[in-house]
Amino acid sequence: MSAPARSPQELHDTIAGGIGESPLRPDGTLKVRGEFAYSSDLWHEDMLWGATLRSPHPHARIVRLDVSRALAQPGVHAVLTHEDVPGENVYGLKYQDTPALAADLVRYQGEPIAILAADHPEIARQALKEIVVEYDVLEPITDPERAAHDDTLKKLHPGGNVVRHQRIVKGDPAATADVVVSGVYEIGMQDQAFLGPESGLAVPAEDGGVDLYLATQWLHVDQCQTAKALGLPLEKVRLTLSGVGGAFGGREDLSMQIHSCMLALRTGRPVKMSYNRLESFFGHVHRHPAKMYYEHGATRDGKLVYVRAKLYFDGGAYASKTPVVVGNGTTLSVGPYDVPNAHIEGWGVYTNNPTCGAMRGLGAVQPTYAYESQMDKLASALDMDPAELRIRNALSEGSTVVTGQVVDFPAPVAELVQRLRDLPLPPEPTGERDIRELPGGASNTTHGEGVVRGVGYGVTIKNISYAEGLDDYSTARVRLEVLGGEAVAMVHTAAAEVGQGLVTLQQQIARTELGLTRVSVHPADTSVGDAGSSSASRQTYVTGGAVRNACRAVAEAVYARLGVPSEGMSLVGGKVVAADGEVVADLAELLGETAIEETREFHHRPTYPLDPETGQGDAHVQYGFSAHRAVVDVDLDLGLVKVVQLDCAQDVGKAMNPDAVVAQIQGGSAQGLGLAVMEEILVEDGKVRNPSFTDYLIPTILDMPPMRVDVLERPDPHAPYGVRGVGEPPTISATPAIANAIRAATGLELPRVPIRPEHITGV
Amino acid sequence: MRVNVTVNGEHRQADNVWEGESLLYVLRERLGLPGSKNACEQGECGSCTVYLDGVPACACLVAAGQTEGREVVTVEGLASGDDLDPVQESFVEQGAVQCGFCTPGLLVAAHDLIERVPDPSDVEIREALAGNLCRCTGYEKILDAVRDAAAKKAVR
Ligand code: FES
Ligand code: FES
Repeated sequence: MSAPARSPQELHDTIAGGIGESPLRPDGTLKVRGEFAYSSDLWHEDMLWGATLRSPHPHARIVRLDVSRALAQPGVHAVLTHEDVPGENVYGLKYQDTPALAADLVRYQGEPIAILAADHPEIARQALKEIVVEYDVLEPITDPERAAHDDTLKKLHPGGNVVRHQRIVKGDPAATADVVVSGVYEIGMQDQAFLGPESGLAVPAEDGGVDLYLATQWLHVDQCQTAKALGLPLEKVRLTLSGVGGAFGGREDLSMQIHSCMLALRTGRPVKMSYNRLESFFGHVHRHPAKMYYEHGATRDGKLVYVRAKLYFDGGAYASKTPVVVGNGTTLSVGPYDVPNAHIEGWGVYTNNPTCGAMRGLGAVQPTYAYESQMDKLASALDMDPAELRIRNALSEGSTVVTGQVVDFPAPVAELVQRLRDLPLPPEPTGERDIRELPGGASNTTHGEGVVRGVGYGVTIKNISYAEGLDDYSTARVRLEVLGGEAVAMVHTAAAEVGQGLVTLQQQIARTELGLTRVSVHPADTSVGDAGSSSASRQTYVTGGAVRNACRAVAEAVYARLGVPSEGMSLVGGKVVAADGEVVADLAELLGETAIEETREFHHRPTYPLDPETGQGDAHVQYGFSAHRAVVDVDLDLGLVKVVQLDCAQDVGKAMNPDAVVAQIQGGSAQGLGLAVMEEILVEDGKVRNPSFTDYLIPTILDMPPMRVDVLERPDPHAPYGVRGVGEPPTISATPAIANAIRAATGLELPRVPIRPEHITGV
Repeated sequence: MRVNVTVNGEHRQADNVWEGESLLYVLRERLGLPGSKNACEQGECGSCTVYLDGVPACACLVAAGQTEGREVVTVEGLASGDDLDPVQESFVEQGAVQCGFCTPGLLVAAHDLIERVPDPSDVEIREALAGNLCRCTGYEKILDAVRDAAAKKAVR
């Protein structure tokens, strides 16, 4: 069958600009014209609409499932259950524990039970109501701490309720100190809330396989899991990336992939699935809520002596990324600080709450909020400036982190804090104030009386790329050919552009390496090697590295064709140029009719698993560091918060596209602000209370304050071009900065985020 | 039912429209205009904002039947031929587009603001765009883009 109308486009808007410059996005014009094909825009003549029946119960046994009435509805073409899964009815990113369609047990509210395809989305929705499911409703397990320790609880999975337990011991875990502060911190369940719904179009193919056009973060891992469930060889399940409307980790797990393919293969027709917002809240994994017990010990002059912590991460019904969250959470649990002694324990557990998995800042968001709260508490116990305390304990190049790994690259943590401290503060409010800039805004709740101001800092450390021994790599294919008399390059990878600007970066690298202006980007698909996931702040690093390697191989092939040694040669302005500047050949002439194409991989340096007992090991490739300073106004009477200013300093190693770097920092900071003061999926007895944009609030343009962004460039000698992952750190450090500012304004403990009005007013 | 509506200056007809269909569905799935986006279909995010008889509206909240004989302008109708509207140009140039899913709705809202208030203050921009959610940008560059577009329109 043919490709869908509105297919993913090749991107060749030619805008000059190499590494270190800020050329515009090649997909920008398409996007502002409304012509960019997002996965929910795909359309095929003759296509059907898929829909999913989901469990209303967090925990239940399915005693009867009858689809015959639904199948008899006019306009319904197929209704499928677990019995129709052609291959293995189980998948998962780390552990294979998630059914594609529930067979007997339901483990969370919203778990998929049946799927169907119909002529119109409304027919599909109505037909879902005709499916008969009888449940034996069971008592859900909802307390993660109990799930970790109480052996009398029933086991949600054969291996028990602990997904992963990790201990980290450094120095003397029983060390004592002059000044001790402790606290218990909680963080609610945050949602990625990307705007583009989970969606895609599955088109059955003549060879018995299927072509799936979709929005995802990692094509190859989806291909693998989908093919297994379909019982098809990999090459018969081909995936092409369509326009992705944001991801933030929420597209790492499967949603409609297996379902749409099953329906397409059964009906022999293209099937489109597109979740609505309600379904999206049930159809993807969220950020792990956590409960964290912390104790910090320090000397009187403010040097950290030890950190002891226990971290509980609620993984919900299935494992997803929980093992990684525990790994990141524990290894990053003391923050960007030099701590000689530590005893950390982390648990990730199964419950009947919604499944939690990847979200921007994976595993680092939770402990950062806790340890940064502790740092302020410690500063206050020592009567010390909170910024000063952080600077005094800051990690630096050569430090040993809590896992024993030596930081063998720049780590300008103290400098980040210093630079923020040196930025001017917004003027103290005087006289009459614009009502719209006060807490509560135009709702006219205060004219400034009862409003207090506070300033707070948050600093974080985040690992970049996959860790703990994973061979984390990317592949790129680069073709150099003559089109219209000019040498042009085409870059082809399977790396997902999710909004972050990777397509721009691929062009920048190819222009720089090959000395060209015209570079196109091929749509990402599985006909080229694996690129890994667009997550963990890793794509610029690894896919950037792969594009660089492929370009350099192409250049070598050019010199070989010329028959000159590559030593000293370079490609500049469409010419082959010798070391002395002499033009040796014209690239277009040299290429003629015969293109040069090379495919290369990039693997970052190896990492190693953690020792299961002591948690020691060189687990991470690289760390990113960022710091925020927040200024807030708080209305003490109503508990309303207005973030007045939010400034960020971050080290990015090398700003490959400075404007895009700043944009990532601004966007990440907004998500951190959301977690600090408004964003939470409310779960009661395993049930979600607010699955809509009416009740799950994300920051609007009125909630975001002006931001100053200070970008440092301290190249990492081990990374291509010296880059350091950018995307995640700003999300992580914004939250504690705002929480600390609210504490500074109110004097309250505030041991939980998001901080709600009632936490401030106490009613 | 059959719906007649003028879209981006052209008379369009959609047949077999089911009573409950929204204008958004008709635009996207029946008229081949997927520019207006379906992010919430609940009137909460603004991604589907279009002009309805010259006034911005959430297309997901408008029943298709209500548009009979009326005039709709979508993001696809902002440019004239190859020439982008200044608002579109500024969104690209100022880096206000990341994933771009919010962009079509924001463009219509921002276009409308500048038509009404040629030189909006920051507070006015924030108020006018408060109904359009963006999850990627943190809004700072969207503010830059609107300021820039207003300046561009002023000189044209
Ligand atoms: S899709 Fe219409 S407001 Fe969200
Ligand atoms: S750019 Fe992605 S939602 Fe605004």
